[in-house]
Amino acid sequence: MTMAMALDSGLAVVVLAVAGWTIAARGTFAAVVGFVSYGLLLTLVWVRLEAVDVALTEAAIGSGLTGALLIGAAARLRAGEASPVEGPGVVLRLEIAVLSATVAVALAIAVLLLPDPAPTLAPAAAENATATGLGNPVTNVLIAFRAMDTLLEKVVLALALVGVWSLAPDRVWGGYPGPRHRSDPHGVLAFFARLLPPLGIVVGIYILWAGADHPGGAFQGGTILAAMWLLVMMAGLTDAPPVSRRWLRLVLIVGPVVFLVVGLGGLWLGDAFLAYPAAHAKPLILTIEFAMTLTIAATLGLLLAGPPERKLS
Amino acid sequence: MVRDVFTIVMVAAGAFFFLAGTVGLLRFPDTLTRLHALTKADNLGLGLVVLGLLLRVQGPLGALKLVAVWLLVQLAGATVSQLIAGAARRGEPSA
Repeated sequence: MTMAMALDSGLAVVVLAVAGWTIAARGTFAAVVGFVSYGLLLTLVWVRLEAVDVALTEAAIGSGLTGALLIGAAARLRAGEASPVEGPGVVLRLEIAVLSATVAVALAIAVLLLPDPAPTLAPAAAENATATGLGNPVTNVLIAFRAMDTLLEKVVLALALVGVWSLAPDRVWGGYPGPRHRSDPHGVLAFFARLLPPLGIVVGIYILWAGADHPGGAFQGGTILAAMWLLVMMAGLTDAPPVSRRWLRLVLIVGPVVFLVVGLGGLWLGDAFLAYPAAHAKPLILTIEFAMTLTIAATLGLLLAGPPERKLS
Repeated sequence: MVRDVFTIVMVAAGAFFFLAGTVGLLRFPDTLTRLHALTKADNLGLGLVVLGLLLRVQGPLGALKLVAVWLLVQLAGATVSQLIAGAARRGEPSA
């Protein structure tokens, strides 16, 4: 057994163990911690599979952002946990277990029945890599070959935010999202929130820019920018903007709108909807990615900030 | 040859501090001492691993990136430990 083989099998065992522990954990908070560790381990798995783009996304979204959302949910649930709450009964638990196991087994069978070698479009994507002027095949697929999927994904993000905002009671509608965070202005959190964002913003923009030719892109870069914004908000250095602000609404839709406009432009300048005229493919794609990054950063930040809770004064 | 020995010794020493930090996290009695154990893994463990790998990278840019990773982890680790310790002292629930 080679060294790499030992590392990979060890990693697989640990991933499975953490997954099992997360399901078995009794406390909500413990389960969330398990989930975050599971996501970070999965990131390592993607790196071992040489899918660095997926690894970056898993670390940023799957583990980081989802983890933060779940920690918030766990904190809200904690009040209810102290009192004996009605958990699901034995029958319901059994049904859930059977359903989950069935899905897992069906997935496993599907994977095992895949023809060898598995059908793949990777050679086709690699052959046409020069069509867009970008060097990263993953970005090519996301923004050119399967642009429709990416466009719809961004629209889903906007819908998710609408879902969060719709939890706001009528009297605070249009107000500030979440509680006003306060911390000691000379404390360690405020210091951290002043020190890190300049670095984080540079890294976020770099990852967006590098996404053209290397692993990275709008989603990973946007998530880092959102994290910096959240850090500053949570340290109490700034407040979240009221959800009724016109500029905020514009930022939230600029990504999909630019994408749509360029896509519609493809109808008469290019060959089809979302087809880029070959001569201008790269600048058009970069424009879309920049607009997307803004929208993603704002949407993710506001998703975590929560529904409006305070009135517009 | 000398570089290989240096890397092996440094990374092994780093791994030892990670192991010691983990044992401390599991065995120490309260939040503050557990934090103390963890910071040793972050600072010394990762620092030694980075030191051992410095001679392996191509060019000064790669070395700078490694050192930046170590510094960022230090910064994040120190901040989070302070926040957790503060919360523990105020008697807030820590799971």
